[in-house]
Amino acid sequence: MSNPTKPLLTARYGIAESWKIANAERAGAYQVAKRALTSIEPAKLKDEVKNANIRGRGGAGFPAGVKWGFLNPGPNDQVYLVINADESEPGTFKDRSIMDLDPHRLIEGAIISCYAIGSHVAYIYVRGELASSVTRLEDAIADARKAGYLGARPFGVDHEIEIHVHTGAGAYICGEETALLNSLEGRRGEPRLKPPFPAVKGVFGMPTIVNNVETIAVVPDVIDMGGDAWSALSRLPADGGVRLYGVSGHVRNPGLFEAPVGITMRELIYDYAGGMLAGRPLKAVIPGGSSTPVLDPRRLVDAPGEDQPLHAWHGKSEIDVPMGVDTYRALGTMLGTCCAIVMDDTVNMVEACRNLMRFYKHESCGQCTPCREGTGWLVDVLNNLCAGRGKPEDVDLLVDISNNMMGNTICAFADGTAMPLLGFVQKFRDEFIDAAHNGLPSDVRHDHSVRREVEKVA
Amino acid sequence: MAFALTPEGEREVDELLTRYPERRASLLPVLWLCQRQNGWISSEVVDYVSQRLDLSTATVRGVVTFYTMFFEEPVGENVVWVCRTLSCDLRGGKAIQDHLENKLGCTAGHTSSDGKFTLLKAECLAACGQAPMVQINDRYYENLDVEILDRIIEAHVTRGAEAAADEFSTHATFGAPSKAPISTAPPPPSPEAVRLASQPPPAPEPVGDES
Ligand SMILES: Cc1cc2nc3c(=O)[nH]c(=O)nc-3n(C[C@H](O)[C@H](O)[C@H](O)COP(=O)(O)O)c2cc1C
Ligand code: FES
Repeated sequence: MSNPTKPLLTARYGIAESWKIANAERAGAYQVAKRALTSIEPAKLKDEVKNANIRGRGGAGFPAGVKWGFLNPGPNDQVYLVINADESEPGTFKDRSIMDLDPHRLIEGAIISCYAIGSHVAYIYVRGELASSVTRLEDAIADARKAGYLGARPFGVDHEIEIHVHTGAGAYICGEETALLNSLEGRRGEPRLKPPFPAVKGVFGMPTIVNNVETIAVVPDVIDMGGDAWSALSRLPADGGVRLYGVSGHVRNPGLFEAPVGITMRELIYDYAGGMLAGRPLKAVIPGGSSTPVLDPRRLVDAPGEDQPLHAWHGKSEIDVPMGVDTYRALGTMLGTCCAIVMDDTVNMVEACRNLMRFYKHESCGQCTPCREGTGWLVDVLNNLCAGRGKPEDVDLLVDISNNMMGNTICAFADGTAMPLLGFVQKFRDEFIDAAHNGLPSDVRHDHSVRREVEKVA
Repeated sequence: MAFALTPEGEREVDELLTRYPERRASLLPVLWLCQRQNGWISSEVVDYVSQRLDLSTATVRGVVTFYTMFFEEPVGENVVWVCRTLSCDLRGGKAIQDHLENKLGCTAGHTSSDGKFTLLKAECLAACGQAPMVQINDRYYENLDVEILDRIIEAHVTRGAEAAADEFSTHATFGAPSKAPISTAPPPPSPEAVRLASQPPPAPEPVGDES
């Protein structure tokens, strides 16, 4: 096992009724916020966050401290903190655990963050489906207010802070930060052109910091330990701390794990998640949500040059590269939300790809033609391949459509559709060509490995 | 018949309006209040909301149609969303949907003939580690198999949604190991071994240049 550190982010997850304020406080909640607001300068708090090298946990991996540094509010500007709890990227289920099992950590992080960036109002945008998480959050906020940690004078300090939960209503695109801002303003969740970036002109036309739930939830630990010390928990440079790793699919113990940044996918699957379900080899793993290109354990890192970022792993399997924002980018994929979807050898990659592309077709907001038309076209071509109506040229057509979607739209949704498609085709081309010749078998489905248990067949 | 919120709902709207610097921002929460009371967003609801928030009906309708959770037509007493995105499908999402269709006697997108259940397909609901799962009304039911699912559906019929939720619905969990059998398959061999097994190292592949 990979010398697991003392749990931080999940330290209170195991406590009975951990979401109640008394139980959370008995385990240390709000101590750091109290200290921060009563005895630390906002500028110093921002420095610690910068030193912590927190790479945004929402998928793009942008350094939180750098983002906070973009704020430059005018004298009449109201600065907003918006916490992204839309969690809709297929395969991703980590932020929900923070809201359900330790909402006070998120609130404490929000209080410290608001104070640091000079904000008086934070909105937590939660996807509409997570109604029970919303209830826990709202109860927790009410209790924190009663305790005097929110409101006009949190901890007796003259810096008003209010936190409101805003509930979405079913739309993946609202996780994209500018779509989220539109949705928060009561509009259709259509992404905005950037620039201006939210830090300059965000919600209600005001400077806004948008961060993921987990990004904000680590702030109390960062301030408690100091940014440098927290950063050093990671195994990688410039990508600090610990984070939540999720594993779903064909592993023995699907679920969430806390570990340092930089464990490998092999460790995640075989040490943390208990290895593969009975009798089946690992075929492929989508590393960090459906928009991140798939990894193939048979493929080896090809970085012979000493100046290549992955040289240290030259000749090793893709799943032996440490999981970090920069290492995974160098590998041609993305760390994304760090929630892996694991597939065994019963899964047909064309069908897996089609499942995800149907998702993107369903969720495209329709503003930009390449995305609206491209997602539909990809599904049409994949449907033809699966039904045995395809031709080998269709495989190149998929690539062509994807290449014409990337970089040609307002937001990154189209890239997040095209990149995984290209990954599937590039790494499992044989299966696509085979489908073009033969279609898919009529019993193709993803759940052969578990079907007897789910259907309770004796 | 014209729609109006209950007096309590009205008070909630007043409170919601204080949360945002712009009136319009309370549109989604107000629509939620209305849907909870009315079951769906009828054109009477749209009229009411547009007057209450000073927006055109076209604006309100444009928002309603954007979001999948606002119902534009009446639904059954309970709404069952079955997740069919990849992580759930890997763990039996299709088996769950098939079972529900048989049990409720309607396919996804439809309401059972007794009006008790509307069955809808959902995209990933952020519960992938506890797949397969369904959402019924506003609660999650996870780590399903067909037997548990039968009990959940029966409970909704015989004891009502609230009692069913109290007994069966789930939150996020952490660190509860599953009962699944340990893999007898070894981890993928070390990379060196793979290469020996006549697997050439991948050439750098410029995406799109392949023929
Ligand atoms: C299509 C799309 C969907 C996204 N969904 C989410 C989401 O559900 N949650 C999230 O935190 N970030 C999501 N993001 C990323 C956000 O735009 C933004 O980068 C993030 O919330 C910033 O927070 P961070 O820097 O703390 O990660 C999405 C981005 C795109 C393009
Ligand atoms: S795929 Fe079903 S909850 Fe994520």
